[in-house]
Amino acid sequence: MKEAARAAAANLDGMSSIPPMARYLDQDGELLEDQPMSDEMALDGYRVMLRGRRFDERCVSLQRQGRMVTLAPGIGQEAATVGAAMALNQKTDWFVPQYRELAGQLWHGYPLRLAFLWHVGHPIAFQMPAGLNMLPFQAAIAGQLPQAVGLAWGLKMKRDPGVVLAIFGDGGTSQGDFHEAANLAGVMKAPVILLCQNNGWAISTTIQQQTASETLAQKAIAYGFPGVQCDGNDLFAVYATVRDAVRRARDGEGPTLVEALTYRLGLHTTADDPTRYEPREMHDAWVDRDPLRRMQLHLMSRGVVDRPALDRIEEEVKEELRVAWDEAQQEPAPDPRFYFAQVDGEPSERLALQLRRFGR
Amino acid sequence: MAELTVVEAVNQALALEMERDERVLVFGEDVGIIGGVFRATDGLFEKYGNARVIDVPLAEGAIAGAAIGLALAGWVPVAEIQFLGFAHNGFNQVVDQLARVRYRSAGRFSAQVTIRAPYGGGVRAPELHSDAFEAHFAHAPGLKVVAPATPDDAKGLLLASIRDPDPVLFLEPLRGYRQVKGPVPDGDYIVELGKARVAREGTDVTVVAWSAAVQIALQAADDAQAQGVSVEVIDLRTLVPLDVATLASSVAKTGRAVVVQEAPLTAGFGAEVVATIQEESFFSLQAPIRRVASPDVPYPVQMLEEHYIPNAERVLQAVLATTRD
Repeated sequence: MKEAARAAAANLDGMSSIPPMARYLDQDGELLEDQPMSDEMALDGYRVMLRGRRFDERCVSLQRQGRMVTLAPGIGQEAATVGAAMALNQKTDWFVPQYRELAGQLWHGYPLRLAFLWHVGHPIAFQMPAGLNMLPFQAAIAGQLPQAVGLAWGLKMKRDPGVVLAIFGDGGTSQGDFHEAANLAGVMKAPVILLCQNNGWAISTTIQQQTASETLAQKAIAYGFPGVQCDGNDLFAVYATVRDAVRRARDGEGPTLVEALTYRLGLHTTADDPTRYEPREMHDAWVDRDPLRRMQLHLMSRGVVDRPALDRIEEEVKEELRVAWDEAQQEPAPDPRFYFAQVDGEPSERLALQLRRFGR
Repeated sequence: MAELTVVEAVNQALALEMERDERVLVFGEDVGIIGGVFRATDGLFEKYGNARVIDVPLAEGAIAGAAIGLALAGWVPVAEIQFLGFAHNGFNQVVDQLARVRYRSAGRFSAQVTIRAPYGGGVRAPELHSDAFEAHFAHAPGLKVVAPATPDDAKGLLLASIRDPDPVLFLEPLRGYRQVKGPVPDGDYIVELGKARVAREGTDVTVVAWSAAVQIALQAADDAQAQGVSVEVIDLRTLVPLDVATLASSVAKTGRAVVVQEAPLTAGFGAEVVATIQEESFFSLQAPIRRVASPDVPYPVQMLEEHYIPNAERVLQAVLATTRD
């Protein structure tokens, strides 16, 4: 009896623990493990992270000028989203965002022009271009997760090789939709990667106020699939962790919950004021862990780039943003008929009548 | 043409559509081996197995949310919510997500999803198993709401709903499941969504009802006839989109209207019907439109439910009163 209890306890121990956090690059860009991708790919990843960073900075500035709507920048979290996106096959795999994943979405193929249009409130930004396997941004926290699981389950039943990457935040793990989705994913062995960007804050609510769990990754244990942590400010760690999860999903082994430990260096949204809740020293400590700086140091120490090359990339990204913003501004304003037309495949007589009346 | 109950007609439609379209998946709580708690999915598991008739965890948000994803993957999901009262657990996924798939993707995606749910009272069911919550869902642009009263409509409307490229909430009359029997055409046919039915022709008063309340309206019409009042009964069949033309042409003829709903009075779907008649047919009206509804009280437990939901007598009194107005 005692032995059985001990065995059960040992078994429980095994079940309740998660592996050590994956980390490939230290804070100063020194490699701790073999680089999990080619130098060329690493540089591409860096470039897209930078594109996301400069895009967000530009948009916050435009918002302050009254030229953009309230928006949620992903500053500081670029490695978490780009690293994850790099582990996908764009032709077969789906990217299901919340709303703070733009850098990763750019890697997956979402056009910069549309990203700008998103932040001016143009509905066309929600229309993912044909062939792009991506759902629109999602305002309801964790609302995308049951859909992502259904999509993954549906792909599996069709014997489609695709897997689904669904991203959400630490606050999202408190939502019923997260738990319902994770439970269903486990039961159906859905090929889905649930990537939680734990950035420490749900607006002003801390992770300690959010959950009594020691980690968010361990929540997966309850649903019968692995939960793993990675350094979310380390492009290589996120990439390698999600790559392994993608492999599991594609091999029919089911879902993985990945907790990427990162930090929101910017605002929750442009309507937010972090000085009301964020300790300054906490912010500063995370500035030192900036994922872009870390990649710059690594790429330079490895001889992939030198300072002038980094400056060139900055200039190129600046120019890409300028061109995309120009294109976005040329987009015609949306016609009210446009949104009337998207409610149903065929508008009802009632709606058609309303359009005629509103049109007057 | 077979004589079927409503639940048998639903079952026949599901079987027919699964046979016709191999993309159709039936899933929900207890839809598999047991055939649904009302046997609406009876026999489907035996025929199609767990690849297409799937029991899922007890979570309405996951059911409705997963239906969206399954549709995006190319399936045609027909999800069962065991009782409409529990759809609220997945309200966000139904009303804010499913209804808006086409809209919020600016037309890139659509969700050919049907959510079936029995609803309404009168069968002495436990708390939250009897409420008529249709108005909560009729207020969500992008979601069609269908509420048949008869077996032949249940079959034809369900086939139309499953084939509709956009989401449909298909509300099945719980009280009518076995109580209402009628002839159902064999084979494949559809009843067009958005078209009401004149369930009984009449000349003096229009009574508008849907789902299980149609039977009450018809009984009240019989009773009124005995007192010399000719009642026309309109069975809406589809709440969203609402068939305005059929309402208007009936009221143009009768000049009087009574709207019957099982739900509590305030902000019920009947209010929408009244407002629409008022907008479209004001100059035909000879009397104020009356409503017969449940009181603004939550659905009571069994010993009080007969008192609570509208019955033929209350409809009759409203009909007679409107002729005196």
